Amino acid sequence: MRAWACYHYELIGYRRTWKGSVFSQFIVPVLFMLSIGLGVGTYVDRGGALGAVDYVSYLAPGLLVSTAMQLAVGESTFPVFSNFEWSRYYYAMQATPVRVRDVLGGLLGFLLTRVLVGAGAFLLVMAVFGAVHSPWLLGTLPVAGLVGLACAGPAIAFAARVTSAANFSLMFRFVLIPLSLFSGVFFPVERLPGWLEPLAYVSPLWHAVELSRQFAFGAFTNAASWHAAYLLVWLVAGWFLAHSSFTRRLQK
Amino acid sequence: MLTMVAQAKRASALFERNVVVYKRLPWNIVSGFFEPVLYLFSIGIGVGALVSGTFTVDGEPMSYALFVAPAMMAQSAMSGAMIESAFNLFGKMRYQKLYDAFLATPVGPNEIAWGELSFALARGGAYSAAFLVVMAVMDLTTSWWAVLALPGALLIGLAFGGLGMAIATFLRSWQDFDYVTGIMYVMFLFSGTFAPIALFPAWAQWLVQVTPLYHGVELLRGLTTGQVGPGLIGHAVYLAALAAIGLTIASRRMGKLLLK
Repeated sequence: MRAWACYHYELIGYRRTWKGSVFSQFIVPVLFMLSIGLGVGTYVDRGGALGAVDYVSYLAPGLLVSTAMQLAVGESTFPVFSNFEWSRYYYAMQATPVRVRDVLGGLLGFLLTRVLVGAGAFLLVMAVFGAVHSPWLLGTLPVAGLVGLACAGPAIAFAARVTSAANFSLMFRFVLIPLSLFSGVFFPVERLPGWLEPLAYVSPLWHAVELSRQFAFGAFTNAASWHAAYLLVWLVAGWFLAHSSFTRRLQK
Repeated sequence: MLTMVAQAKRASALFERNVVVYKRLPWNIVSGFFEPVLYLFSIGIGVGALVSGTFTVDGEPMSYALFVAPAMMAQSAMSGAMIESAFNLFGKMRYQKLYDAFLATPVGPNEIAWGELSFALARGGAYSAAFLVVMAVMDLTTSWWAVLALPGALLIGLAFGGLGMAIATFLRSWQDFDYVTGIMYVMFLFSGTFAPIALFPAWAQWLVQVTPLYHGVELLRGLTTGQVGPGLIGHAVYLAALAAIGLTIASRRMGKLLLK
């Protein structure tokens, strides 16, 4: 019930700011589909480097989960930091019966809602681009939700620990952007230099991309459940990390 | 002459102030260099491997990384200039009220504009120079004309610096900047950056040719690949004109806004 109140709080805030999120959440992935998918894809398909798969169909399921991760992480940085440092709403909440786990639950629920709405809209875009190949495609929705929450946990923990908002631009540039560029969204990680390849396997986004692609084509390998398990580990660990960081910050 | 020296000195106070501030945030400066490099590696090299042998420009085969690299350089010159001259200037003007403090000294509005612009150019120029070195090391520059890509990038910085400053004087809130970011993103993806615009429908090609980043990309690409022709002068003139218009508007508006 108390977590529900926190979820409700997030929704009320979003009612005032949703317009600004339309571009980054709905339009940017479509632009990437056009520029990289159709544009660069023209040349990829000409050479047949991906076998029978066309580049738009290859890119789309990756872009879907990558957007989910960026959305969830982005919403876990400045908004969370602001509630600690600028508006200090979290301290106000602490004066009510709301517990840390309620705040976190409400926030993650809100992020899940946002991710699922965004991913659902992107599935329609995929249909327009002719990138729908299997009814299993709907399974990419839970994958998007899972990777969003799995990456949100550590991001929330980070936002609860830092003392300056300048740290976020560093996090975006050194963590989020490299993750989104080298986790197999745009090209297979096997093509990375040997020393870099193992790093990609650590990235939660890579596991989500693989899983999402398997759902999109309805062709599963034995690794599928391992990918899901890996993301679940991040989700659980991220929750505890976020919980302890939140608690510590609120005691200050 | 003496007044010009004095003006330059006063403008340099702004420059110095920025240096002092960023000395405390060195990673924010350094990290700005990495973004175009990461895109170069991911899309230029990673995706480039998928199109090797099939990528052509005007019917001629070309290495994809060679095609993307100058575009990333132009993009970073644009965003570097915009961050300082539009976003940071707006924050300092509206929220920090920094310039009000400067105006209480002998520094005037025009000198503020020149000081900020020169810092934006220095920052952008440092990124461009470093990026050019990366390109040279990776064998992505095929001619000595590439040396001129550095002044080319500075010209892009000047054009977007003037434009950004002019825009910053018209905007009302951070929310308005969402539109600026949006337009920059669209230019980043469609200015012949990742694919030649010949692929686009005719109306889109025409639209792209009106926008400034396209001219920046074409200018730098011509220089780093050594395909130098009279067309490059056209791109340079476009950028210079944009810089002149932007700076004229900016200096008028700054005076009005700051001295009211």
